[in-house]
Amino acid sequence: MIQEDSDRKLALARARPNCFAPTFGSAIFPCGIAEGRMILNIGPQHPSTHGVLRLQVELEGERVISVTPIIGYLHRGFEKIAENRNYIQVIPLTDRLDYLSSMANNMVYVKAVEELLGVQIPERAEYIRVIMLELQRIASHLAAVGFYGNDLGLAFTAMMYTFRERELILDLFESVCGARLTYNYLRFGGVREDLPGNFKEKAREVLARLKPKIDEYERFLSEDEIFLMRTKDIGVLNPEDAINMGATGPVLRGSGVKTDTRITDSYTIYDKFDWEIVTGKDGDCFSRYAVWINEMRQSIKIVEQALDTLPEGPYLAKVPKLLKPPAGEVYSRIESPRGELCMHLISDGAATNPYRLKIRSPAFCNLSLLPHLAKNVLIADLIAITGSLDPVFGEIDR
Amino acid sequence: MTELDELKNKFPDAVIEVKLQRERRLWAAVKRDRLLEICKYLKQDFDHLSCISGVDYADRFEVVYHLWSYSKKKLLSLKVPIPKDDPAIDSVTAIWKAADWHERETYDMFGVVFEKHPNLTRILLPEDFEGHPFRKDYKLKESPWFSGKSPEEGSL
Repeated sequence: MIQEDSDRKLALARARPNCFAPTFGSAIFPCGIAEGRMILNIGPQHPSTHGVLRLQVELEGERVISVTPIIGYLHRGFEKIAENRNYIQVIPLTDRLDYLSSMANNMVYVKAVEELLGVQIPERAEYIRVIMLELQRIASHLAAVGFYGNDLGLAFTAMMYTFRERELILDLFESVCGARLTYNYLRFGGVREDLPGNFKEKAREVLARLKPKIDEYERFLSEDEIFLMRTKDIGVLNPEDAINMGATGPVLRGSGVKTDTRITDSYTIYDKFDWEIVTGKDGDCFSRYAVWINEMRQSIKIVEQALDTLPEGPYLAKVPKLLKPPAGEVYSRIESPRGELCMHLISDGAATNPYRLKIRSPAFCNLSLLPHLAKNVLIADLIAITGSLDPVFGEIDR
Repeated sequence: MTELDELKNKFPDAVIEVKLQRERRLWAAVKRDRLLEICKYLKQDFDHLSCISGVDYADRFEVVYHLWSYSKKKLLSLKVPIPKDDPAIDSVTAIWKAADWHERETYDMFGVVFEKHPNLTRILLPEDFEGHPFRKDYKLKESPWFSGKSPEEGSL
């Protein structure tokens, strides 16, 4: 629920003065830049670019005329490496894609292979997967909110707070699979290990602590005048453009499009739980931030229900280690914290490695909207817009 | 009548084959010279271009357009085979703007030329990179980019 107070302060945000620089003549220099304009490179090493993003910005005074994102600094050729590995050896590679939500990357890959094989997954494994995926979503959104505060000049405060709670979730992951960032936890037909004995109690403790903290962070940010002025009515994306330009996840839902792969293209057991798709109102940076906050609450709801109804039983189906799936191709879709994460997997039926593995990375597609969103804004707004798209470069550059 | 039958009836000579894989997963292979017409027709239902993937088979390249329909909740994967000696295809950026970066990536990795694309340049690899590394015949170990040897110095 968005605090009603924030609407009162919107008036203030709307009343901000127009501080655009005066326009100069339009004579074109031989190098292709008009008189009075300059090219500024932001990044690839810059604290507000979320990794190794380079933004080539054409400026007139402080006004952004156009922006060209230059990516690929973290390109490792994941798709080519996967072609030279066994099916099971690709799982740890997927951890390194979107390093803030490795569980989701594991999930989309094992789901693709399971669809090729036609494996039945034990019920307990499905529940464990949902618990892990939703905890991962909370951890990822907490990081997103924290980084966003950092981008908007709230210094490290927001980040220190949200990372404190994120650590608790990482502790849970550590108790389950021994790792805090690259989990390598999901397996074809289930999960690698069963939950430790005291997991339910520990997870409930974390969730009980998270709920008031999320309210607190929302109060800190949604009632902060600086935060409102920096995000309200900035980077507005209308729903038609959002769909046509391939936005997904919080960016699409921030524009008011009520869709979520977890429901519309349902996978695992999301249909068993009672939860709602979160949407934003205005399609601006603030709406995208509000989607993060409210999605965390929905994820808590899902995890609580899953913990209550977690059945006993096997956690891993019998699947051979060295796989040779039948020839065919699948397109596996899930909703990662950043949007629609997909893999197009092709097996030639003869080899023990994928013939082709293509990743549809949500952050890549969302970032491609940046030149559209950042037209005629100030440099500071450009940073706010980039942060609201929540780019993660492990996944964008692959 | 399903979407696949409709597509087949509308473009009988351009659709090579159609397949219903499971609920919500449709596959179709079409000829490349009618691609734009077919895409314009499909756009009415399939409003979200999820992804474009290139595939290098022994005898052909294939460009696969994964289209999602928000209203019908179905995914149609449109496969378009193109010959290896003429890897070119029309750009669909005018229909789905989302195609822009996907087409650039497919060009970058496979060397497929998307005609009438507004800015067909490399996206993930550096501008001066030679070759298209996701092709199956790309020799990783012999490439100066991956062998650990730089072309000028001989070794690093």
